Amino acid sequence: MVPLNWYIMLSAVMFSIGVFGFLARRNLIVMFISLELMLNSVNISLIAFSHYLQSMNGQILVFFVIVVAAAEAAIGLAILIAYYKNNPTIKVDEINLLKG
Amino acid sequence: MNTLSYSILSWTVFLPLIGVLVLLFMRNANAIRWTTLIFTLMTFFVALPLLTNFDKSTHLMQFVEKSDWIPSWGINYFIGIDGISILFIFLTALLSILCVLVSWTSINDRVREFHMAILAMETGMLGVFVSLDFLLFYVFWEAMLIPMFLLIGVWGGQNRVYASIKFFLYTLIGSLLMLVGIIVLYFYGGKTLDILALSQIVYPLKMQYWLFLAFFAAFAVKVPMFPVHTWLPDAHTEAPTAGSVILAGVLIKMGAYGFLRFSMPMLPDATKFFMGPILILSIIAIIYGALICFAQKDFKRLIAYSSVSHMGYVTLGLFTMNTQGVEGGILQMINHGIITGAMFLMIGIIYERTHTRVIADYGGFAKIVPWYAGFFIILTFASVGLPGTNGFIGEFLIILGAFKANKIIGVLATTGIILGAGYMLRLYQDIFFQDPNPEYEATGKHPIVDINLREIITLVPLFILVFWIGFYPNTFLEYMHASVEHLISQVNYTEYAGQENLIAKFISEIF
Amino acid sequence: MIYTLIPLLPFLSFIIIILLGRNFIRDKAHFIAIPAVATSFLLAISAFMEVSNGKVINIDVYSWIVSGDFNVSFGFLIDQLTAIMLLVVTSIGTLIFIYSVGYMHGDSGYYRFFAYLSLFIFSMLILVMGNNFLMMYFGWEAVGLCSYFLIGFWFHKKSAGDAGKKAFIVNRFGDFGFGLGVILIFLTFGSLEFTQVFGQAGILAGQTINFLGTEVDLATMICLLLFCGAVGKSAQIPLHVWLPDAMEGPTPVSALIHAATMVTAGVFMVARCNPLFIMSPVAMNTVAIVGGVTAILAATIALVQNDIKRVIAYSTVSQLGYMFLALGVGAFSAGIFHLYTHAYFKALLFLASGSVIHALHDEQDMRNMGGLKKYMPTTYKVFVIATLSITGIPFLSGFFSKDEILWKAYQHGDLGKFLWFLGTVAALLTAFYSWRLIYMTFHGKFRGTPEQEKHLHESPPIITVPLWCLAIGAIFAGYVGIPPIFVEHGDKIGEFLAPVLGHSEGHGTHAEEYFVIFASIFVALAGWFVAHIMYVKKTDLPQKLGTMFAPVHKLLYNKYWIDELYSKTLIQPMLKASEKVILGFFDKIVIEGIVNGVPAVIASFSQGIRKVQTGLLSNYGLVMALGALCFVGYLIFMG
Repeated sequence: MVPLNWYIMLSAVMFSIGVFGFLARRNLIVMFISLELMLNSVNISLIAFSHYLQSMNGQILVFFVIVVAAAEAAIGLAILIAYYKNNPTIKVDEINLLKG
Repeated sequence: MNTLSYSILSWTVFLPLIGVLVLLFMRNANAIRWTTLIFTLMTFFVALPLLTNFDKSTHLMQFVEKSDWIPSWGINYFIGIDGISILFIFLTALLSILCVLVSWTSINDRVREFHMAILAMETGMLGVFVSLDFLLFYVFWEAMLIPMFLLIGVWGGQNRVYASIKFFLYTLIGSLLMLVGIIVLYFYGGKTLDILALSQIVYPLKMQYWLFLAFFAAFAVKVPMFPVHTWLPDAHTEAPTAGSVILAGVLIKMGAYGFLRFSMPMLPDATKFFMGPILILSIIAIIYGALICFAQKDFKRLIAYSSVSHMGYVTLGLFTMNTQGVEGGILQMINHGIITGAMFLMIGIIYERTHTRVIADYGGFAKIVPWYAGFFIILTFASVGLPGTNGFIGEFLIILGAFKANKIIGVLATTGIILGAGYMLRLYQDIFFQDPNPEYEATGKHPIVDINLREIITLVPLFILVFWIGFYPNTFLEYMHASVEHLISQVNYTEYAGQENLIAKFISEIF
Repeated sequence: MIYTLIPLLPFLSFIIIILLGRNFIRDKAHFIAIPAVATSFLLAISAFMEVSNGKVINIDVYSWIVSGDFNVSFGFLIDQLTAIMLLVVTSIGTLIFIYSVGYMHGDSGYYRFFAYLSLFIFSMLILVMGNNFLMMYFGWEAVGLCSYFLIGFWFHKKSAGDAGKKAFIVNRFGDFGFGLGVILIFLTFGSLEFTQVFGQAGILAGQTINFLGTEVDLATMICLLLFCGAVGKSAQIPLHVWLPDAMEGPTPVSALIHAATMVTAGVFMVARCNPLFIMSPVAMNTVAIVGGVTAILAATIALVQNDIKRVIAYSTVSQLGYMFLALGVGAFSAGIFHLYTHAYFKALLFLASGSVIHALHDEQDMRNMGGLKKYMPTTYKVFVIATLSITGIPFLSGFFSKDEILWKAYQHGDLGKFLWFLGTVAALLTAFYSWRLIYMTFHGKFRGTPEQEKHLHESPPIITVPLWCLAIGAIFAGYVGIPPIFVEHGDKIGEFLAPVLGHSEGHGTHAEEYFVIFASIFVALAGWFVAHIMYVKKTDLPQKLGTMFAPVHKLLYNKYWIDELYSKTLIQPMLKASEKVILGFFDKIVIEGIVNGVPAVIASFSQGIRKVQTGLLSNYGLVMALGALCFVGYLIFMG
């Protein structure tokens, strides 16, 4: 029986990696992967808590997160491809159309 | 109270919306035009039984339909018409048909979207006039803005973006204050948005005061009253012909309609309190709007400013709060819709040929396009209120009402008639008399042809109405008698009525 | 009910001609217009017969406007006054329609001309036949409309367009008062029907109305407002400025509208409202004084004008002044009598001058005429008849009517003596300028171009026959109103009109009446004599007098600079204010300043904070992460 703490720590480590990846990397694809990493870290902690508390709420929430993540990935990648078609780059440093 | 076996009002209101859905699946431009025309015509004919089945002897709402919409909040789908709104239904339906006809050749860009916008507008406008639930009203009121915004912003003239944003923001700011007012009414009136129920409640003076101002913000911008009129010349000038016609013909009537439907019956004491200032603002609008017309160099802009002057008569009539004034005011709204609507149609017709709106570019058009000149002179004189045309009946009743209410106001309102003759005849002379501008002479490089059959068909219904109302206005006045009498009695008999010191009481309550 | 056809027929003729004229009828328009107006004339005779048997026809066709307690019908009233007006309008109308066939021949707007004339006849008939004030107002405005169309008939000329516009707008100033008067009548009497209003005119006595803080006599207020309308329509001072300019229209129009019928509408209206006017001595005196002053001022202007039609136009203004003078002294039937005789001789003067203008190919300046007697004998003859009539030479129609006015004025107390004096002086001036016109046009040598002289010719019968008909009117029309001093019960028209207009009681002696008659005959002859000397015997005299009294001549020649005064004090300042103050300053700067200023302030504020938006995703991510960190930290350490 793995204690809850380990799960939490795994989740925290994964989340931090995800945050670091998102902030530090400049490649949009990698940033996307980091984002997925964060979401999945949250999923892990949710399931862990769910198991620990013997409540199904957490697991239900995970399904929502997975759906959202899938949708997000689909839309995000679609935007990305559309953008790439216009400007052949996926470096975020060079994408600043929203500059005020 | 619906004497018909089917829900006629819902059909009338939503038929154009069905048209929008149908248009979604169409590609061919001509087919789109025909479909839109058929839908607008159908709307008009579906509405016709309203006229024959209308009971003129009662002020009560007729053809009422009521069903739950959001029951937990007490919001209903509640529609019906009385003698005040019925005429506007037909004005809207008629002008929509004419808008489709006049855009037949002038709109070639994004034809489908244009016609969808027109049909969506029609539903929005009809909805405003039939709604008896505040939320429903507000939804229609705002929904109407979007197609109009697009009409001006996409198919407009040179300066269309500025004009459309100005129009949108101006009206939106007013509407938001009205929304606040509606929410206040909702809570005070026991969580209902039923307009009829809310009209029965007597509100405290202080609340009336603020509510009136909130509603005034929305309606005065829409009318538009002086000094919040400056969106109108820009919007009218930049809008495509159909947009101008709808704006002038129906949209700006909604402000005045709002006064009639909400401000006056719900807030009678505040109405009386604000009567003086509004009469003065109306007089300013009449004279200011007329004077400013003398300095206009743009055909369309001149007519737009003349609308400010004419709508001044409308608000003047409504706020005299006697039978002649209010009936004259309502009739004048219809008249203005007809006359100015027709004028914008005619400007559109000539713009299509000359591609200029600068008055100085015209000249001698009576020789180049005699039939057009003949039609336009009728409008000119209807606009200056010549007896025998509809303009006279409205203006005379309004001035009679104004004179009854206050002699000075009556006298000042009459000066508008002199000024009106001044700028309209000047305009007519500049455009139609003297020698033709050589550039537009029939033999020149831009041959100008006289109006064709489609355009005559577009104009003739309005001209028939000009003379119909001019010679036999009772057809139209009859519908409103009962409702107007009821409205006036509502304004006059309230908890606080009969108190001589109403104004003093007001001031002590508020400050 | 058959009499509703009287206005309806010309209206139908208008509709048919205006709709089909351009493509189908064209130069055959008169085949529709003339029968229509002639039938109206016959019906008018029949109506006249019926009325002279003592019957008054008052029918409501339908109820026109109903709103609350306001209820007005579309209805007709034919009484003695209306019957006379009907005859005048339709008879002169018919003659002028016939004349126009010749005069307008070949004009590109031929059908349009007959359409407008028909519309005018319709409007004028509505005006005189209406049985309530609103109907009268309807006709009143509608004749103004036709006047606008017809003055500006040759719209390619700028002056014609300007004149039409001016006529309409100046008239609007009068209508402003008329409209308010009508409203005040409704608020006082609760009705606009003539029979009802006049029936209870007595209640006006002693009533006052608060206006601008002062109590004004109600009857005076109503009458003066109504009179405003009359001043505008009948071109009395100070609103007379439009009539001379209206001569830009074709000559038949000047004859029909601006001499015989429309401009007399003001006289008709005051006469129609006589029960109201007699309630207010102030208003009556105003009417009389305005009339008297107009009569003399217009006559002085006419002395020095050179445009043949303008001289006659000022003469019309002056004669209308006479009519108002008569009304103002309470001699309503004398005013209407003069209206009726004037219609014939003034229409004749205009049509005859039209014949001259036609022969000279649109030359209107009398300095380029002269010696036309031998080329145009018929025109000359009728011109002389009309002139004899207008100057009041005994036993022509003008003599009877003008004399009655002067005599009635003379009997009217001190003010009356003064008015009589004005009238007599005006008669002197009238005689002078009328004969001056004849001498300058028909006598002496032709002063035009040889080219014109070659084409000089008498007008065809289609023009001269109507002239002769009118000439008969100008001679004999007055015999319905022979003063009782000559023939017992000679004043047939006065007795006929008495049920509507009442009797004006005089109390002068026979000696005084003879004095007035001989005075007026004397001035008529004196004016003739002076004109004869100046323009036949010593033709250099006008020139000399002109230079000797240069300032006076200039003043008169420039019509007292009234047009310039209006332009400088009213029109220019208004246009300037509209352009510079209202549009330029208030609308563009004040209101638009606020409207565009508020968003501008917001925009400048947002300029500052928009820098935060770098557009870089990683920056946003960092800020978000830091934000989340702060939030979590707060929860951990503070919570």
